[in-house]
Amino acid sequence: MYPAAFEYHTPGSVREALSLLGKLGDDAKLLAGGHSLIPMMKLRLAQPKHVIDLRRVPGLAGIKDDKGTIVIGAMTTHWQVESSPVLREKCPIVSDTAGVIGDPAVRNVGTIGGSLAHADPAADMPATAIAAGFEFVCEGAKGRRTVKADDWFKGLMSTAVGDDEILVEIRVPAWAAGSGGAYLKFPHPASRFAVVGAAAMVTLDGTGVCTKASVGITGAGTKAVRAKGVEAGLTGQTLDQATIEVAAQKAAEGVDVQADLQGSVEYKSHLCRVFARRAIEAAVKRAKG
Amino acid sequence: MATVQSDRLFGKSIKRREDPRFVTGRGTYVDDVKLPGTTYAAFVRSPHAHARIRTIDTAEAKRHPGVVAVFTGADMTGVNSLPCGWDLRQSKNIPGVVQDLAMVPHMPLTSDVARHVGDPVAVVIADSRDAATDAAEKVKVDWEVLPSVTATDKATAPGAARVHDAAPDNIAFKWELGGGDVDGAFKKADVVVKKRIVNQRLVANAMEPRACLARFDEATGELTLWVTSQNPHVHRLLMCAFVLGIPEHKVRVIAPDVGGGFGSKIFLYNEEVVCSWATRQLKRPVRWTSTRREAYLTDAHGRDHVTDAELALAKDGTMLGLRVKTTANLGAYLSTFAPAVPTFLYGTLLNGVYQIGAINCQVTGVFTNTTAVDAYRGAGRPEACYVLERIVEAGARALKMDVAEIRKKNFIPKFSGAFQTLVAVSYDSGDYGAALDKLLQMFDYKKFRAEQEAARKQGRLLGIGFSTYIEACSIAPSKVVGALGAGAGLYESGKVRVHPTGMVSVYTGSHSHGQGHETTFAQLVADELQIPIEQVEIIHGDTGQIPFGMGTYGSRSASVGGTAILMSINKIKEKGKRIAAHLLEASPKDIDYVNGSFQVKGVPDKAVPFGAVSLTAYVPHNYPDGLEPGLEETSFYDPSNFCFPFGAHACVVEVERDTGAVKLLRYLAVDDVGNVINPMIVDGMVHGGIAQGIGQALWEGAVYDVQSGQLMTGTMSDYALPKADLLPMYETGRTVTPTPVNPLGIKGAGETGTIAATPCVVNAVVDALAGLGVDHIEAMPLTTERVWQTIQAATAKR
Repeated sequence: MYPAAFEYHTPGSVREALSLLGKLGDDAKLLAGGHSLIPMMKLRLAQPKHVIDLRRVPGLAGIKDDKGTIVIGAMTTHWQVESSPVLREKCPIVSDTAGVIGDPAVRNVGTIGGSLAHADPAADMPATAIAAGFEFVCEGAKGRRTVKADDWFKGLMSTAVGDDEILVEIRVPAWAAGSGGAYLKFPHPASRFAVVGAAAMVTLDGTGVCTKASVGITGAGTKAVRAKGVEAGLTGQTLDQATIEVAAQKAAEGVDVQADLQGSVEYKSHLCRVFARRAIEAAVKRAKG
Repeated sequence: MATVQSDRLFGKSIKRREDPRFVTGRGTYVDDVKLPGTTYAAFVRSPHAHARIRTIDTAEAKRHPGVVAVFTGADMTGVNSLPCGWDLRQSKNIPGVVQDLAMVPHMPLTSDVARHVGDPVAVVIADSRDAATDAAEKVKVDWEVLPSVTATDKATAPGAARVHDAAPDNIAFKWELGGGDVDGAFKKADVVVKKRIVNQRLVANAMEPRACLARFDEATGELTLWVTSQNPHVHRLLMCAFVLGIPEHKVRVIAPDVGGGFGSKIFLYNEEVVCSWATRQLKRPVRWTSTRREAYLTDAHGRDHVTDAELALAKDGTMLGLRVKTTANLGAYLSTFAPAVPTFLYGTLLNGVYQIGAINCQVTGVFTNTTAVDAYRGAGRPEACYVLERIVEAGARALKMDVAEIRKKNFIPKFSGAFQTLVAVSYDSGDYGAALDKLLQMFDYKKFRAEQEAARKQGRLLGIGFSTYIEACSIAPSKVVGALGAGAGLYESGKVRVHPTGMVSVYTGSHSHGQGHETTFAQLVADELQIPIEQVEIIHGDTGQIPFGMGTYGSRSASVGGTAILMSINKIKEKGKRIAAHLLEASPKDIDYVNGSFQVKGVPDKAVPFGAVSLTAYVPHNYPDGLEPGLEETSFYDPSNFCFPFGAHACVVEVERDTGAVKLLRYLAVDDVGNVINPMIVDGMVHGGIAQGIGQALWEGAVYDVQSGQLMTGTMSDYALPKADLLPMYETGRTVTPTPVNPLGIKGAGETGTIAATPCVVNAVVDALAGLGVDHIEAMPLTTERVWQTIQAATAKR
């Protein structure tokens, strides 16, 4: 449980970090909160020769409201996300999701950007990233570009961030009026990562008809995905129990469900449906206020 | 002896004296001991479940900066196999042996074949832990990977990989125990229930991982070993006499503060032997501290039985006969006491708290390519209790009898002195009905059954489970265990040294690694001597200070270790009476010990306080002729029998139909552990034990990959330990049936919860699903998927 030797770098700016990253290439890993990287290094599953610590880069942490879009710095801790008054008001599902990550010790140090760039298949926030429509801002030598949540998660622990880029901020659109959202998970009995997690956001019009539905599933497969079939079953409908139940049946469609000690494909697919239903029900309840 | 009076220190819930040290981080654990010139050992371990070693190339590792030495098994000439301390052989007249125990070698560093993932093949010793760890990765082993077998029920199958040449069918031993006409019982039965009952493999997970620090002093020729041990003398004896062949009087074993054991720190392990050997080669201290990953791979595991059980019943619920066939997985090697666990600690408990007409128990021990299995909290007794409590419930369901009623109907009636079971042991005292009655009262059982029925009508799956258990504690009468194959006696030592000022140092062979001996033994001594507890110090865990002792396991410290201390206290009092009689010019037989003073019977004015007598003993100017000075006594207590605590537990669960998740709503326990020195400490033991027992029922389980033989649950993020927020507030009670075996009336309390809780929870889950037609779930833990699949299968059938 002791990492192999490595060089430790503490850049003072994103530019400096990018320059190190460019120079060191594959031998380097970026360190954010360290709650994924360091355990892997201790088990020697990861043995980077260089660790570039982003914690001394100013301006990467913090939450602000940018004309209806909430901007979360990549180095913002889960606890800051969980307790942010701005997020609680404008898009509370993000705070709710942050609040069920790990335990207080993890949330005090682990960061939203680190987690989303690591893209653990059982992480919580990816489901919400899809449901809430996160945008990922990556910075490289040539400047910044923005990636939509649907294009972010590429596969097992793989994202759209380039080898020569750093994820610097996450942009979250504020809720439309009449919206509600919920993230619910079936926790792993040991790690409490999501065996299956479902995030749902719905927007209802004045008559109770769903004008927009957005559902993300995490845990079951190699990456978080959008449950398009479920969304289609909700949009344009009045969301009574039967409608939700029918729509949720499609929750595992498009998920490359992986069997492991926590469940067979059959069971995990079933859990996708159960937690999609529960998350939608909770979201509808909240949308109705 | 009678139940204790309430105004005594014996029986009071005083706070633990050791806790301030522990909770403020000021304990001294093995890894806290710092010595100049220390080197650090890192072990090279097999990544394969089963593989032949073609060559080991250590050249590159030896060149790594900071490396002092690299050793393989070939370097350890003159070093013997780790011993197995329990011998099951017909030629030794061990009862029940059907096939002799295959005494397979277990070398500290294996040279020919690695037999489980984690099996050590080389050690790198360096100036720093980092250098040792890095260099260990540079040792190149050329492996010839062999087929492996890990599953208990596949070990003896035709074509299974052979773990040891000395055990051709992977059979370690065959053993049988029983009594009564079993075949006859089954012939006349109205109902026979037969179930496969799997008791899965567990990992102990002590909070402090194993560690050792060995120092050879060339000047004196003395070796000191600091080690995480529950029994430092046993470690010393096994290492000196069997493995290293070095003089015992030149070896001192110190087990300082030790952070939990649950059995896993009883045994002599490879790493301790290698470090003790290496320090003699290098003339420098050698340290090893296990990582958690290594702990999962190398600490002895627990349980791992596959059992086919059959219960023969009469229509009215009378238990006529019990047949049990168990395959017990011993892992790749014979750990120190491994053969005793699934035999004499298991078969002997199958009579339970019931009058059963006839019993037969057959056990086959098997080798597999897994970590060695040995005693884990309860050790054999939880496995026996689980089989019995599950099959009894299945019987009740088959007869449509109430699960509490079937137990009551078959309880052994209240007795004291002896109840001879059909499985060799004789119980000391018991009142099993009283414990269940008290539990049912606390539970408000009938009301709860009505609530359950109402919940069922709403579609909720509520279940009630029971277990009424017995266990054998106070281990153990030496002659008895010797006749059964033990390589050691199981007495305990207790030395009491009264200092001139009346301060008292107590040296116990018991070892506290969480049990609270520094409090309970001090309570016992202060209570007996009627002196302030501050005057009493408890010393343990150091072969250089304490008389030869056997250590702590099998809930034996208070009953066996405590009695040894009591015997020395009594000797102190007898000697004190002679000194006091001299000072008071009276006859010793007229002296009483009252309120901390020696006084002439009935004459409180004519008295000498304890401190005055102790001072006189060391300044013997005015002193009885012919009496030795000093006030220090040593005793060894060997119990005449085991003690048999018992009790009744119940719980209420709710099963979530959608997911199979089990939520514990209530947990009740009534335990009878005889007299209790410190009720708060015993409550703590009960609480912790219940948590561990629930852990086995619902979450814990070591899983090996069938193909590769890799341990799939080798970290704390894979192996699910019980967590506080998943457990209800326990409702505990106690009945007190003192044992006649020892003068303290103490039975033992360390393992009760672990034994009782597991079947209790599983019974409750089965009860919750009974409305769907479920009468059994074969395997634990009751993972959410296992429960959900059970619901699916039951629903499909209907």
